[in-house]
Amino acid sequence: MTTYYTKDHEYVRVEGDTGIVGITDYAQSQLGDVVFVELPEVGKAVKAGGEAAVVESVKAASDVYAPVSGEVVAVNDGLPDSPATINEDPEGKGWFMKIRLADKGELAGLMDEAAYKAMIGA
Amino acid sequence: MAETAAGDLKYTPLDAWHVAQGARMVPFAGYSMPVQYKDGILTEHLWTRAHAGLFDVSHMGQCFVHSDSWEKTAAALETLVPADILNLKPGQQRYSQLLAPDGGILDDLMITRSAYEGHEGWAYLVVNAGCKDADYAHIAAHLPAGVSLRVEQDLALIALQGPEAVEVIATMVPAIRTVPFMAYHAAQLDGVWLHISRSGYTGEDGVEISIPAKDVVAFCDRLLKDPRVRPIGLGARDSLRLEAGLCLYGHDIDTTTSPIEADLKWSIQKRRREQGGFPGADRIRRELAAGPARLRVGLLPEGRQPAREGTEIMADGRRIGTVTSGGFGPSVNGPVAMGYVETAFAAPGTPVTLIVRGKELPARIAPMPFVPHRYFR
Repeated sequence: MTTYYTKDHEYVRVEGDTGIVGITDYAQSQLGDVVFVELPEVGKAVKAGGEAAVVESVKAASDVYAPVSGEVVAVNDGLPDSPATINEDPEGKGWFMKIRLADKGELAGLMDEAAYKAMIGA
Repeated sequence: MAETAAGDLKYTPLDAWHVAQGARMVPFAGYSMPVQYKDGILTEHLWTRAHAGLFDVSHMGQCFVHSDSWEKTAAALETLVPADILNLKPGQQRYSQLLAPDGGILDDLMITRSAYEGHEGWAYLVVNAGCKDADYAHIAAHLPAGVSLRVEQDLALIALQGPEAVEVIATMVPAIRTVPFMAYHAAQLDGVWLHISRSGYTGEDGVEISIPAKDVVAFCDRLLKDPRVRPIGLGARDSLRLEAGLCLYGHDIDTTTSPIEADLKWSIQKRRREQGGFPGADRIRRELAAGPARLRVGLLPEGRQPAREGTEIMADGRRIGTVTSGGFGPSVNGPVAMGYVETAFAAPGTPVTLIVRGKELPARIAPMPFVPHRYFR
């Protein structure tokens, strides 16, 4: 199980051929209080770097991009009713969706934890 | 509001204090200002509605227009704004707008008649930060001989807002308890001069305090010692004023909107409506008589998704208006917005459709404020 990161502050935690996708703790801290989230439908095909979800804080709306291409095989159904979970536990209970990876080779283009931490200056 | 390069930013006397309180600073109207502190916008908003929120509004412009008599000062101001200035009582404050010749709004502002002995001909004005230089030039260019503008550079301005705000101030200045909404009380507190007005921009009871810049840090430290007080940033200030149905200049009102279109006719008193004599009076009296073509209204989107500024408002299969402010209302616990629609669609309850991120979102025209005002009358 390895977690990869995008420059847009999404993570994908890969288990076998699926990846759990969400936004990083740094992303939630920059967004502030999340008040709305829109998830894709299960079965939707997403492309790496393409829009996959929407997250809105009191202040602003942001797109969440798919870190990897593939089919959305599950979404976090409870999230739209408790969007604050994204602030409280972004890399745990605040996950957005599970994607069945179409091409594991795409992971090579993402950052590992050390590289991501270096990028955000953590 | 125009973006400003970091090197050109101005700082309020509370800049270091904000940073020490854990603020996240952002550029706003040419100033480095706190958008939020550690608690975050949602918590800060709800704290203000329940207790007392402390805001730095020192970026706003404070100035005086003065002459040797109130009549002369009021007459000069009445050539610039549509409010009745002449009939202000000493110590009373009124909301108005600086108008362009076509009735568009150059800025909105507060005007207070001085109650200071020896200052009978003085009016105190508070204008928006982003407009203040243009406002001062405009005012100075239009004052007649004998009436002068004095711009204050060494005054800070803070607001303490919320149901516990007045009690917090009353621990130091008990007389504030009986001062009504839109009036002020001058006080000396341990040698510090305070101009305390019962007003604000959150819909809550509270005060705005003008204080010498050199004294403001110590005064804010003193306020923060009261457990009812927490510092509140611009983010919550925006959601509070939106829930209160109050306009933000440059968004809900600007040079293209008249006060009548903006549903601010309550701020134009009877004598001025009848007599005119202010910029744009022809248009404004015509709109008062016949109704404006468009009107600022409240909007309640269905569901949870906020509709932001610039969102198209549709009805009957066509565009009938635009959202000018929109977001999530923490006290409403849902999305709230305001915008302009063609007057035929302005009645509360009218169903409309908002185009949010390419999708149709049903909404209704709603009365404002979204959260009842709790002013002390």
